[in-house]
Amino acid sequence: MKSSRRSFLKIAGISALGIGAKPVLDVLASSGETKAPITMKREDALTAKRWGMVIDTRKLQSEEDLEPMIEVCDKIHNIPKFENPRHEIKWIWAEEFKHEFPMQEADFLDDRLKHMSFLTLCNHCEKPPCVRVCPTKATFKREDGIVLMDFHRCIGCRFCMAACPFGSRSFNFRDPRPFIEKTYPEFPTRTKGVVEKCNFCAERLAVGKIPACVEVSNGALTFGDLDDPESEVRQVLRKNYTIRRKPALGTGPSVFYIV
Amino acid sequence: MPNNKKMYDKGKVVAGLCIFVVLITFPFWYNLGKAAPAPEPKLSDKAKAAKECVMPTAYMKAEHMQILNEWRDTVVREAKRIYVNPSGKKFNMSLSNTCLDCHVEKAEFCDKCHNYASVTPYCWDCHIDSKEAK
Repeated sequence: MKSSRRSFLKIAGISALGIGAKPVLDVLASSGETKAPITMKREDALTAKRWGMVIDTRKLQSEEDLEPMIEVCDKIHNIPKFENPRHEIKWIWAEEFKHEFPMQEADFLDDRLKHMSFLTLCNHCEKPPCVRVCPTKATFKREDGIVLMDFHRCIGCRFCMAACPFGSRSFNFRDPRPFIEKTYPEFPTRTKGVVEKCNFCAERLAVGKIPACVEVSNGALTFGDLDDPESEVRQVLRKNYTIRRKPALGTGPSVFYIV
Repeated sequence: MPNNKKMYDKGKVVAGLCIFVVLITFPFWYNLGKAAPAPEPKLSDKAKAAKECVMPTAYMKAEHMQILNEWRDTVVREAKRIYVNPSGKKFNMSLSNTCLDCHVEKAEFCDKCHNYASVTPYCWDCHIDSKEAK
Protein backbone atom coordinates (compact mmCIF):
# COMPACT_ATOMS: atom_id res chain seq x y z
CA MET A 1 0.00 0.00 0.00
CA LYS A 2 2.89 2.30 0.78
CA SER A 3 4.25 2.20 -2.76
CA SER A 4 0.84 2.80 -4.29
CA ARG A 5 0.28 5.95 -2.24
CA ARG A 6 3.67 7.20 -3.38
CA SER A 7 2.92 6.56 -7.00
CA PHE A 8 -0.52 8.17 -6.63
CA LEU A 9 1.06 11.35 -5.35
CA LYS A 10 3.59 11.33 -8.19
CA ILE A 11 0.90 10.97 -10.83
CA ALA A 12 -1.29 13.57 -9.14
CA GLY A 13 1.62 16.03 -9.05
CA ILE A 14 2.51 15.56 -12.67
CA SER A 15 -1.08 15.91 -13.84
CA ALA A 16 -1.51 19.05 -11.73
CA LEU A 17 1.55 20.49 -13.45
CA GLY A 18 0.15 19.57 -16.83
CA ILE A 19 -3.21 21.21 -16.13
CA GLY A 20 -1.48 24.32 -14.81
CA ALA A 21 0.81 24.56 -17.80
CA LYS A 22 -1.96 24.48 -20.40
CA PRO A 23 -3.35 28.02 -19.88
CA VAL A 24 0.17 29.43 -19.66
CA LEU A 25 1.08 27.83 -22.95
CA ASP A 26 -2.16 29.08 -24.49
CA VAL A 27 -1.37 32.65 -23.51
CA LEU A 28 2.16 32.37 -24.86
CA ALA A 29 0.91 30.93 -28.12
CA SER A 30 -1.76 33.59 -28.61
CA SER A 31 0.48 36.53 -27.68
CA GLY A 32 2.56 35.79 -30.74
CA GLU A 33 -0.52 36.02 -32.96
CA THR A 34 -2.14 39.30 -31.88
CA LYS A 35 -0.47 42.10 -33.77
CA ALA A 36 0.09 45.52 -32.34
CA PRO A 37 -0.49 48.46 -34.67
CA ILE A 38 2.65 49.68 -36.41
CA THR A 39 3.61 53.18 -37.47
CA MET A 40 5.91 53.99 -40.32
CA LYS A 41 7.05 56.56 -42.82
CA ARG A 42 5.55 56.77 -46.24
CA GLU A 43 7.66 55.07 -48.86
CA ASP A 44 7.99 58.25 -50.90
CA ALA A 45 9.04 60.39 -47.92
CA LEU A 46 12.18 62.43 -48.56
CA THR A 47 14.95 61.79 -46.05
CA ALA A 48 18.37 63.27 -45.39
CA LYS A 49 21.02 63.56 -42.73
CA ARG A 50 20.95 67.34 -42.72
CA TRP A 51 18.56 69.32 -44.85
CA GLY A 52 19.88 72.58 -46.18
CA MET A 53 19.09 75.31 -48.65
CA VAL A 54 21.04 77.57 -50.98
CA ILE A 55 19.48 80.87 -52.02
CA ASP A 56 20.86 82.29 -55.23
CA THR A 57 20.25 85.99 -54.73
CA ARG A 58 21.48 86.74 -58.25
CA LYS A 59 18.22 85.28 -59.50
CA LEU A 60 16.10 87.19 -56.97
CA GLN A 61 16.75 90.84 -57.68
CA SER A 62 13.66 92.64 -56.51
CA GLU A 63 11.03 92.19 -53.88
CA GLU A 64 8.58 91.09 -56.58
CA ASP A 65 10.79 88.10 -57.27
CA LEU A 66 10.39 86.99 -53.67
CA GLU A 67 6.64 87.37 -53.62
CA PRO A 68 5.57 84.04 -55.12
CA MET A 69 7.64 82.15 -52.54
CA ILE A 70 6.31 84.15 -49.61
CA GLU A 71 2.79 83.89 -50.95
CA VAL A 72 2.78 80.12 -51.38
CA CYS A 73 4.20 79.62 -47.89
CA ASP A 74 1.61 81.93 -46.33
CA LYS A 75 -1.13 80.07 -48.15
CA ILE A 76 -0.24 76.47 -47.35
CA HIS A 77 0.67 77.17 -43.72
CA ASN A 78 -2.38 79.25 -42.85
CA ILE A 79 -0.34 82.29 -41.92
CA PRO A 80 -2.53 85.18 -40.78
CA LYS A 81 -2.18 88.75 -42.02
CA PHE A 82 -2.32 91.24 -39.16
CA GLU A 83 -2.49 94.95 -39.76
CA ASN A 84 -0.50 95.73 -36.64
CA PRO A 85 3.16 95.07 -37.53
CA ARG A 86 3.88 94.09 -33.95
CA HIS A 87 1.56 91.13 -34.32
CA GLU A 88 3.09 90.02 -37.61
CA ILE A 89 3.56 86.29 -38.13
CA LYS A 90 6.36 85.49 -40.53
CA TRP A 91 7.83 82.23 -41.72
CA ILE A 92 9.59 83.56 -44.79
CA TRP A 93 10.04 87.21 -45.55
CA ALA A 94 12.18 89.89 -47.22
CA GLU A 95 15.01 91.68 -45.44
CA GLU A 96 17.63 94.20 -46.56
CA PHE A 97 21.37 93.55 -46.49
CA LYS A 98 22.24 95.47 -43.32
CA HIS A 99 19.67 93.48 -41.34
CA GLU A 100 20.33 90.22 -43.09
CA PHE A 101 24.10 90.24 -42.70
CA PRO A 102 25.07 92.62 -39.91
CA MET A 103 28.84 92.75 -39.32
CA GLN A 104 29.39 91.57 -42.86
CA GLU A 105 28.78 95.01 -44.34
CA ALA A 106 31.60 96.49 -46.31
CA ASP A 107 32.19 100.22 -46.02
CA PHE A 108 31.28 100.82 -49.63
CA LEU A 109 28.78 98.13 -50.38
CA ASP A 110 27.78 97.90 -54.00
CA ASP A 111 24.44 99.39 -54.94
CA ARG A 112 22.88 96.14 -56.01
CA LEU A 113 23.32 94.51 -52.61
CA LYS A 114 22.62 97.66 -50.66
CA HIS A 115 19.08 98.01 -51.96
CA MET A 116 18.26 94.38 -52.53
CA SER A 117 15.70 92.27 -50.69
CA PHE A 118 16.95 88.99 -49.31
CA LEU A 119 14.75 86.01 -48.75
CA THR A 120 14.83 85.19 -45.05
CA LEU A 121 13.61 82.13 -43.20
CA CYS A 122 14.53 79.92 -40.27
CA ASN A 123 18.11 78.76 -40.69
CA HIS A 124 17.52 75.31 -39.17
CA CYS A 125 20.81 75.68 -37.34
CA GLU A 126 23.15 72.85 -36.63
CA LYS A 127 23.31 73.99 -32.99
CA PRO A 128 19.97 75.71 -32.54
CA PRO A 129 19.87 78.00 -29.50
CA CYS A 130 16.07 77.97 -29.55
CA VAL A 131 16.11 74.24 -28.83
CA ARG A 132 18.49 74.69 -25.90
CA VAL A 133 16.28 77.19 -24.15
CA CYS A 134 12.87 75.61 -24.72
CA PRO A 135 11.65 74.49 -21.29
CA THR A 136 9.05 72.05 -22.61
CA LYS A 137 10.97 70.57 -25.55
CA ALA A 138 8.30 71.95 -27.83
CA THR A 139 11.11 72.99 -30.15
CA PHE A 140 13.40 70.17 -31.04
CA LYS A 141 15.90 69.16 -33.70
CA ARG A 142 14.90 66.23 -35.82
CA GLU A 143 17.32 63.58 -37.00
CA ASP A 144 17.31 65.12 -40.46
CA GLY A 145 18.45 68.50 -39.11
CA ILE A 146 15.10 70.26 -39.26
CA VAL A 147 14.40 72.41 -36.22
CA LEU A 148 10.74 71.73 -35.68
CA MET A 149 8.03 72.96 -33.35
CA ASP A 150 5.44 70.84 -31.64
CA PHE A 151 2.69 73.41 -31.27
CA HIS A 152 0.88 71.10 -28.87
CA ARG A 153 3.62 71.52 -26.31
CA CYS A 154 4.42 75.20 -26.72
CA ILE A 155 3.47 77.17 -23.63
CA GLY A 156 4.27 80.52 -25.21
CA CYS A 157 7.11 81.51 -22.88
CA ARG A 158 9.00 83.02 -25.85
CA PHE A 159 12.44 82.01 -24.57
CA CYS A 160 13.10 80.70 -28.08
CA MET A 161 12.30 84.10 -29.57
CA ALA A 162 14.85 85.68 -27.27
CA ALA A 163 17.39 82.99 -28.09
CA CYS A 164 17.04 83.03 -31.87
CA PRO A 165 19.57 85.53 -33.26
CA PHE A 166 17.80 85.63 -36.62
CA GLY A 167 14.33 86.78 -35.62
CA SER A 168 12.88 83.73 -37.29
CA ARG A 169 10.14 83.23 -34.74
CA SER A 170 6.79 84.90 -34.29
CA PHE A 171 4.36 84.86 -31.42
CA ASN A 172 0.60 84.66 -31.71
CA PHE A 173 -0.53 87.58 -29.62
CA ARG A 174 -4.10 86.96 -30.67
CA ASP A 175 -6.20 84.25 -32.22
CA PRO A 176 -4.92 84.02 -35.79
CA ARG A 177 -7.97 82.34 -37.27
CA PRO A 178 -10.06 85.39 -38.17
CA PHE A 179 -7.04 86.85 -39.97
CA ILE A 180 -6.40 83.97 -42.32
CA GLU A 181 -7.63 84.89 -45.76
CA LYS A 182 -8.44 81.39 -46.90
CA THR A 183 -7.92 78.40 -44.66
CA TYR A 184 -5.88 75.63 -46.15
CA PRO A 185 -7.43 72.45 -44.74
CA GLU A 186 -4.37 70.24 -44.99
CA PHE A 187 -2.36 72.17 -42.41
CA PRO A 188 -3.54 73.21 -38.96
CA THR A 189 -3.76 76.82 -37.89
CA ARG A 190 -2.17 77.93 -34.64
CA THR A 191 -3.80 79.25 -31.56
CA LYS A 192 -3.28 82.31 -29.41
CA GLY A 193 -0.22 82.00 -27.19
CA VAL A 194 2.09 79.79 -29.25
CA VAL A 195 5.26 80.60 -31.13
CA GLU A 196 5.67 79.55 -34.73
CA LYS A 197 8.26 79.53 -37.49
CA CYS A 198 9.30 77.94 -40.77
CA ASN A 199 9.31 74.15 -40.64
CA PHE A 200 11.22 73.52 -43.91
CA CYS A 201 7.89 72.10 -45.10
CA ALA A 202 8.30 68.98 -42.97
CA GLU A 203 4.72 68.04 -43.85
CA ARG A 204 5.59 68.11 -47.56
CA LEU A 205 8.87 66.21 -47.17
CA ALA A 206 6.89 63.46 -45.45
CA VAL A 207 4.84 62.95 -48.59
CA GLY A 208 7.73 63.20 -51.00
CA LYS A 209 7.50 66.86 -51.99
CA ILE A 210 10.21 69.50 -51.75
CA PRO A 211 9.46 72.69 -49.81
CA ALA A 212 6.88 74.90 -51.47
CA CYS A 213 9.17 77.94 -51.75
CA VAL A 214 11.78 75.86 -53.56
CA GLU A 215 9.14 74.49 -55.89
CA VAL A 216 7.98 77.93 -57.06
CA SER A 217 11.46 79.53 -57.10
CA ASN A 218 12.34 78.70 -60.72
CA GLY A 219 15.70 77.36 -59.64
CA ALA A 220 16.70 80.28 -57.43
CA LEU A 221 16.48 78.05 -54.36
CA THR A 222 18.21 74.70 -54.08
CA PHE A 223 17.22 72.25 -51.40
CA GLY A 224 18.92 69.02 -50.42
CA ASP A 225 21.08 66.99 -48.10
CA LEU A 226 24.13 68.90 -46.89
CA ASP A 227 25.62 65.66 -45.64
CA ASP A 228 25.64 64.03 -49.05
CA PRO A 229 28.60 65.27 -51.16
CA GLU A 230 26.78 64.29 -54.34
CA SER A 231 23.57 66.18 -53.58
CA GLU A 232 22.44 69.17 -55.60
CA VAL A 233 23.01 71.65 -52.78
CA ARG A 234 26.53 70.46 -52.30
CA GLN A 235 27.20 70.79 -56.04
CA VAL A 236 25.94 74.37 -55.93
CA LEU A 237 27.96 75.10 -52.79
CA ARG A 238 31.08 73.69 -54.40
CA LYS A 239 30.77 75.93 -57.43
CA ASN A 240 29.76 79.19 -55.72
CA TYR A 241 30.98 81.40 -52.93
CA THR A 242 28.26 81.52 -50.29
CA ILE A 243 27.74 83.35 -47.03
CA ARG A 244 25.55 82.58 -44.04
CA ARG A 245 23.80 84.84 -41.56
CA LYS A 246 25.80 85.75 -38.43
CA PRO A 247 28.31 82.91 -38.77
CA ALA A 248 30.37 84.19 -35.82
CA LEU A 249 27.63 83.13 -33.39
CA GLY A 250 28.40 79.52 -34.16
CA THR A 251 24.85 78.31 -34.55
CA GLY A 252 25.71 76.76 -37.91
CA PRO A 253 22.89 77.91 -40.19
CA SER A 254 21.79 75.48 -42.89
CA VAL A 255 20.66 78.25 -45.23
CA PHE A 256 23.36 79.59 -47.56
CA TYR A 257 23.30 82.71 -49.71
CA ILE A 258 25.08 83.22 -53.03
CA VAL A 259 25.56 86.98 -53.20
CA MET B 1 -30.03 62.85 38.48
CA PRO B 2 -32.41 65.40 37.12
CA ASN B 3 -33.27 65.03 33.49
CA ASN B 4 -31.57 68.08 32.01
CA LYS B 5 -31.51 66.70 28.45
CA LYS B 6 -34.83 68.23 27.66
CA MET B 7 -35.05 69.69 24.18
CA TYR B 8 -36.28 73.23 23.95
CA ASP B 9 -38.52 74.34 21.09
CA LYS B 10 -38.81 70.77 19.91
CA GLY B 11 -41.55 71.45 17.42
CA LYS B 12 -39.78 74.32 15.70
CA VAL B 13 -36.43 72.50 15.54
CA VAL B 14 -37.88 69.33 14.06
CA ALA B 15 -39.95 71.26 11.56
CA GLY B 16 -36.93 73.32 10.61
CA LEU B 17 -34.84 70.20 10.16
CA CYS B 18 -37.52 68.66 7.95
CA ILE B 19 -37.65 71.77 5.75
CA PHE B 20 -33.83 71.82 5.58
CA VAL B 21 -33.63 68.19 4.47
CA VAL B 22 -36.33 68.69 1.86
CA LEU B 23 -34.61 71.78 0.47
CA ILE B 24 -31.15 70.24 0.34
CA THR B 25 -32.37 67.14 -1.48
CA PHE B 26 -34.63 69.14 -3.77
CA PRO B 27 -32.39 68.88 -6.86
CA PHE B 28 -32.18 65.13 -6.51
CA TRP B 29 -35.86 64.28 -6.32
CA TYR B 30 -36.91 67.09 -8.61
CA ASN B 31 -34.72 65.72 -11.40
CA LEU B 32 -35.47 62.09 -10.62
CA GLY B 33 -35.93 60.13 -13.81
CA LYS B 34 -35.23 63.16 -15.94
CA ALA B 35 -31.54 62.35 -16.65
CA ALA B 36 -30.58 63.30 -20.18
CA PRO B 37 -30.21 60.14 -22.24
CA ALA B 38 -26.69 59.25 -23.34
CA PRO B 39 -26.23 60.65 -26.83
CA GLU B 40 -25.89 58.37 -29.79
CA PRO B 41 -23.22 59.80 -32.09
CA LYS B 42 -24.50 59.81 -35.62
CA LEU B 43 -22.34 57.92 -38.08
CA SER B 44 -21.98 59.41 -41.53
CA ASP B 45 -22.74 57.23 -44.54
CA LYS B 46 -19.06 56.91 -45.30
CA ALA B 47 -18.30 55.74 -41.77
CA LYS B 48 -21.17 53.26 -41.91
CA ALA B 49 -19.91 51.88 -45.19
CA ALA B 50 -16.42 51.44 -43.78
CA LYS B 51 -17.90 49.33 -40.95
CA GLU B 52 -14.79 49.46 -38.81
CA CYS B 53 -12.69 52.40 -37.71
CA VAL B 54 -8.92 52.38 -37.29
CA MET B 55 -9.39 50.00 -34.36
CA PRO B 56 -12.48 48.05 -33.18
CA THR B 57 -15.42 50.25 -32.19
CA ALA B 58 -15.31 49.45 -28.47
CA TYR B 59 -11.64 50.34 -28.35
CA MET B 60 -12.21 53.56 -30.27
CA LYS B 61 -15.01 54.59 -27.93
CA ALA B 62 -12.83 54.19 -24.88
CA GLU B 63 -9.35 54.99 -26.18
CA HIS B 64 -9.62 57.39 -29.13
CA MET B 65 -7.91 60.13 -27.15
CA GLN B 66 -4.93 57.90 -26.43
CA ILE B 67 -4.71 56.97 -30.10
CA LEU B 68 -4.84 60.63 -31.09
CA ASN B 69 -2.09 61.45 -28.62
CA GLU B 70 0.06 58.66 -30.02
CA TRP B 71 -0.64 59.84 -33.52
CA ARG B 72 0.36 63.40 -32.80
CA ASP B 73 3.63 62.34 -31.19
CA THR B 74 4.61 59.92 -33.94
CA VAL B 75 3.73 62.39 -36.68
CA VAL B 76 5.38 65.44 -35.14
CA ARG B 77 8.32 63.86 -33.35
CA GLU B 78 9.17 60.81 -35.46
CA ALA B 79 7.95 62.06 -38.84
CA LYS B 80 6.05 58.83 -39.33
CA ARG B 81 2.65 59.33 -40.90
CA ILE B 82 1.36 55.88 -41.70
CA TYR B 83 -0.54 53.81 -39.17
CA VAL B 84 -1.00 50.10 -39.87
CA ASN B 85 -3.75 48.60 -37.75
CA PRO B 86 -3.71 44.95 -36.61
CA SER B 87 -5.67 43.86 -39.65
CA GLY B 88 -3.02 45.37 -41.90
CA LYS B 89 -4.97 48.38 -43.16
CA LYS B 90 -2.99 51.59 -43.63
CA PHE B 91 -4.12 55.03 -42.52
CA ASN B 92 -2.65 58.49 -42.80
CA MET B 93 -2.39 59.75 -39.22
CA SER B 94 -4.32 63.00 -39.49
CA LEU B 95 -7.20 64.28 -37.44
CA SER B 96 -8.49 66.75 -40.00
CA ASN B 97 -7.84 64.68 -43.08
CA THR B 98 -8.39 61.08 -41.99
CA CYS B 99 -10.75 61.07 -39.01
CA LEU B 100 -12.91 63.87 -40.33
CA ASP B 101 -12.80 62.48 -43.83
CA CYS B 102 -14.99 59.63 -42.62
CA HIS B 103 -16.72 61.27 -39.68
CA VAL B 104 -17.77 64.17 -41.83
CA GLU B 105 -20.16 65.74 -39.36
CA LYS B 106 -18.04 66.83 -36.42
CA ALA B 107 -21.09 68.38 -34.74
CA GLU B 108 -23.04 65.14 -34.97
CA PHE B 109 -20.17 62.88 -34.05
CA CYS B 110 -17.46 64.42 -31.85
CA ASP B 111 -19.36 67.28 -30.30
CA LYS B 112 -22.43 65.29 -29.30
CA CYS B 113 -20.59 63.13 -26.77
CA HIS B 114 -18.10 65.79 -25.78
CA ASN B 115 -20.90 68.18 -24.90
CA TYR B 116 -22.75 65.49 -22.97
CA ALA B 117 -19.63 64.55 -21.01
CA SER B 118 -18.77 68.22 -20.62
CA VAL B 119 -15.29 67.86 -22.04
CA THR B 120 -13.81 70.54 -24.25
CA PRO B 121 -10.80 69.14 -26.09
CA TYR B 122 -8.81 71.93 -27.67
CA CYS B 123 -8.09 69.99 -30.86
CA TRP B 124 -10.25 72.33 -32.88
CA ASP B 125 -8.49 75.48 -31.78
CA CYS B 126 -5.91 74.60 -34.39
CA HIS B 127 -7.04 71.58 -36.38
CA ILE B 128 -9.46 72.48 -39.07
CA ASP B 129 -12.94 71.13 -39.56
CA SER B 130 -13.07 71.87 -43.25
CA LYS B 131 -16.85 72.10 -43.08
CA GLU B 132 -16.72 74.91 -40.56
CA ALA B 133 -13.91 76.64 -42.42
CA LYS B 134 -16.00 77.00 -45.57
